[in-house]
Amino acid sequence: MPSELNKLTIAEASTLLRKGEITALQLARDCLDRIQAIEPKLNAFITVCEKEALEQAHAADRRLKSNEAPALCGIPLGIKDIYATRGVRTTCASRILGNFVPPFDATVVERLRAAGAVFVGKTNLDEFAMGSSTENSAFGATLNPHDTERVAGGSSGGSAAAVAANECLGSLGTDTGGSIREPASFCGVVGMKPTYSRVSRYGVIAYASSLDQVGPFAKSVRDAAIILRTLAGKDPRDSTCSARAVPDYERALTGDVKGLRIGVPKEYFVEGMQPEVEKSVRAAIKIYESLGAKAVDVSMPHTGYAIAAYYLVATAEASANLARYDGIRYGLRIDAEDHIDLYNLTRAEGFGAEVKRRIMLGTFALSAGYYDAYYLKSQKVRTLIRRDFERAFEKCDLIVTPVAPTTAFKLGEKMNDPLTMYLSDIFTISVNLAGLPGMSIPCGYDEKNLPIGMQLIGPPFSEETIFRAGDAFERAGSFKPRPTAV
Amino acid sequence: MNTEAYEAVIGLEVHTHLLTKSKLFCGCSTTFGAGPNENVCPVCMGMPGVLPVLNRRVVELAIRTGLATHCTIAPHSIFDRKSYFYPDLPKGYQISQYETPICKGGYIDLPSNGDGQPRRVRLTRIHIEEDAGKNIHAAGASLVDFNRSGVPLIEIVSEPDLRSSADAGAYLRQLRAILRYVDASDGKMEEGSFRCDCNVSVRKRGSQEFGTRTEIKNLNSFRFVENAIDHEVARQVEIIEAGGRVLQETHLWDPARNETRPMRSKEYANDYRYFPEPDLPPLIVAPEMVESIRATMPELPADRRARYIRELALTDYEAGVLTADRDVADYFEAAIPGLKNRKSAANWVMTEVLRVVHESGKSIGEAVPPASEIGALLRMIEEQKISLNAAKMAFAAMVKSGKGAEATVAELGLAQVSDEAAIAAACEKIIAAEPAKLAEYRGGRDKLFGFFVGQVMKAMGGKANPKVINDILKQKLAG
Repeated sequence: MPSELNKLTIAEASTLLRKGEITALQLARDCLDRIQAIEPKLNAFITVCEKEALEQAHAADRRLKSNEAPALCGIPLGIKDIYATRGVRTTCASRILGNFVPPFDATVVERLRAAGAVFVGKTNLDEFAMGSSTENSAFGATLNPHDTERVAGGSSGGSAAAVAANECLGSLGTDTGGSIREPASFCGVVGMKPTYSRVSRYGVIAYASSLDQVGPFAKSVRDAAIILRTLAGKDPRDSTCSARAVPDYERALTGDVKGLRIGVPKEYFVEGMQPEVEKSVRAAIKIYESLGAKAVDVSMPHTGYAIAAYYLVATAEASANLARYDGIRYGLRIDAEDHIDLYNLTRAEGFGAEVKRRIMLGTFALSAGYYDAYYLKSQKVRTLIRRDFERAFEKCDLIVTPVAPTTAFKLGEKMNDPLTMYLSDIFTISVNLAGLPGMSIPCGYDEKNLPIGMQLIGPPFSEETIFRAGDAFERAGSFKPRPTAV
Repeated sequence: MNTEAYEAVIGLEVHTHLLTKSKLFCGCSTTFGAGPNENVCPVCMGMPGVLPVLNRRVVELAIRTGLATHCTIAPHSIFDRKSYFYPDLPKGYQISQYETPICKGGYIDLPSNGDGQPRRVRLTRIHIEEDAGKNIHAAGASLVDFNRSGVPLIEIVSEPDLRSSADAGAYLRQLRAILRYVDASDGKMEEGSFRCDCNVSVRKRGSQEFGTRTEIKNLNSFRFVENAIDHEVARQVEIIEAGGRVLQETHLWDPARNETRPMRSKEYANDYRYFPEPDLPPLIVAPEMVESIRATMPELPADRRARYIRELALTDYEAGVLTADRDVADYFEAAIPGLKNRKSAANWVMTEVLRVVHESGKSIGEAVPPASEIGALLRMIEEQKISLNAAKMAFAAMVKSGKGAEATVAELGLAQVSDEAAIAAACEKIIAAEPAKLAEYRGGRDKLFGFFVGQVMKAMGGKANPKVINDILKQKLAG
């Protein structure tokens, strides 16, 4: 029997499980052992669910004998601690939910449970998914498995690091402005943000409802495709969720990108970005050309307004979404003389600095007299950005860009400068504003041996094309993933 | 104080629960009277990560109300978040409709003031929103019951077309009648399912300008609305007469002290930071949906009222009373087939029937015998089979026993005798026994006619037909 089963991909493990060569219990044990060994260095998990995971693995083993087990049966996954999990503490990395145990499962958690997946734990994140480094966590920062002096990216840093460090085979993140793609890039794993509405948001603790989207982290494009197929599809509990049929994404992985038109937007290769990032992404485009794809220049003139628009829309929605944390029904409560003081004390104590900053920004953007200038204007910018993409996709099938202007930065490097931190998402935010699918796949390393990510962006519901192109790049084999430092 | 020189300008905002089985955005029951926090789930408790799903029945009932009040139904409307903090508001915002309500425009015609002219009150809008929970202040603790959280409401906003507390009362009664006609609401104020905010200002009679208005919040009985308006109008006139200025404030009505008091600024938000609810797609209402709902609309109170006046020759007042409640009007109409005198049937329902209904506190269906039996009873009066008094006795007995009209009249022996031979015999006997009175009568004391009628009726055990007695007696007395 192979050792270190935690290093397997989902596709590999699934085959071995089905053949009876390994058991779900062994797989879960190897992941849990790995977690125990390296968590002190990484802090990728807020809650490790050892007991539950072993029970789920037992059940999966029974089910695997039946020959009718779904692809994810027995596969150990990490779940970002933003998903409601019945009976398991769900904190959103906030003190205000430090003791919150949901009485219900998020729809995607329910679907993964039904598929027989094994949940090894709840992964770390920036508080309420607000951040680009997972440093804004009430439970401490997650460190990058490639260099523990550096951040894992964020907000889904725990989910990215856990997969990169083989603590689980895949994981769930959420992406509001780049929160899956940027940490995937920093940690050297695949991270997929599907089309807005492709996956139910029910039970996903809301940051910015019109931008939030669920997606997987995995070690390969194929694995991401396998997970997304289980997650996606209509949900009667989410009125914004699409009823469109979910394709079998794995079948799209033909390796064939002949004739694919790859758009290269000039606005995404800007001065000031790390030269190795541009070099790697341009090299990847060359590889696509060598595989028969065609590179075309496209332009998206409103890209420069994306960050400003995002920080108005997202914070406005967040200011309302986070109003429910008032100490009345659940979570932290600081008692006081009257309910107004109770709110003030509870929220002052419960929320971290970045969350407070964004609540204040959003409250201001929606205030009487400012609504038109800020919220309404940003919605108009959003429309312009969406049109930029629509026009670009008249000339191409996919757009290829860097995921972030740099590789993983050092802990604390940007914590005192929120605006610089916000620029980490400069290449990912437009995709959320336009509601498009975008995937980050590893395409190179910088001189410090830190991973570089390439972003593939497609029109709405083009996940198959994105997966096909990503998988073709992996198959081309010119890029070899390197083991993590830890 | 010269109150007569001033005119009140009043607009009303009515919140009413809709008669749905489940809440606006989740499947929880809307039943009133469950134990605290029994009808709740993660959605209406505002747990992290939950999402709203719109109840289709709510949209149908809002459209029914809109059609009943002559509104334009918006083909495209959206939901908005209205943000404020209060312990009974689980999400910290209420999902409502702000700039694009589902119904716009429209009007309600009030019964006339006796001049035959209906008074038209224009509506600004009707929109859908969710209710909040309920704070309960018990000994030393504040508790919140979320059973009401997420119960569907519509808010019906009138233009400032009302000019007195009596107008406001008439408008509310008419609105409640309409809501009950279209099965949108039970209009039960005592259960908090029909509540009213009043916007009140005053101005010099003849002026076209509006004065500064105050808003009086959360009035939950017609009497409170009328008292609060009267109090507020008097207060404002007093301020203006004293040379002061009315402040634009929100007031609360204190029924115990019979006065309004301004809310503290802590008690309400002045910036609700409305923005479109990103968790709900736009509400698209297809024209086919509106038409299929229109096809199921009942005859409305104003139309019914007009028809009673036109076709049944009832007065404004009678038609108003009978149509105020759909069940009463239905009862009246089920009682009148085969009757010649609709007016007396109307009177009978308005007095005898409604008295029993009000005294019992039950619905008309439970409190009184079926309309067909009342019809049968009234027909016996018309056919002179029973007297009016006998009918009243029979009705009282029917209410108690639940038996039919014919059976009750027979059982109590209330049938009227119209047999002319028997009555003539009785008349002759009485005349023969009273020669002195007869002489007096013939001598010109006409008043004694009543005496003879009474004596004959007595001799007949009270069951003789009074008209037949009259005819025969007149003849016989004349000699």
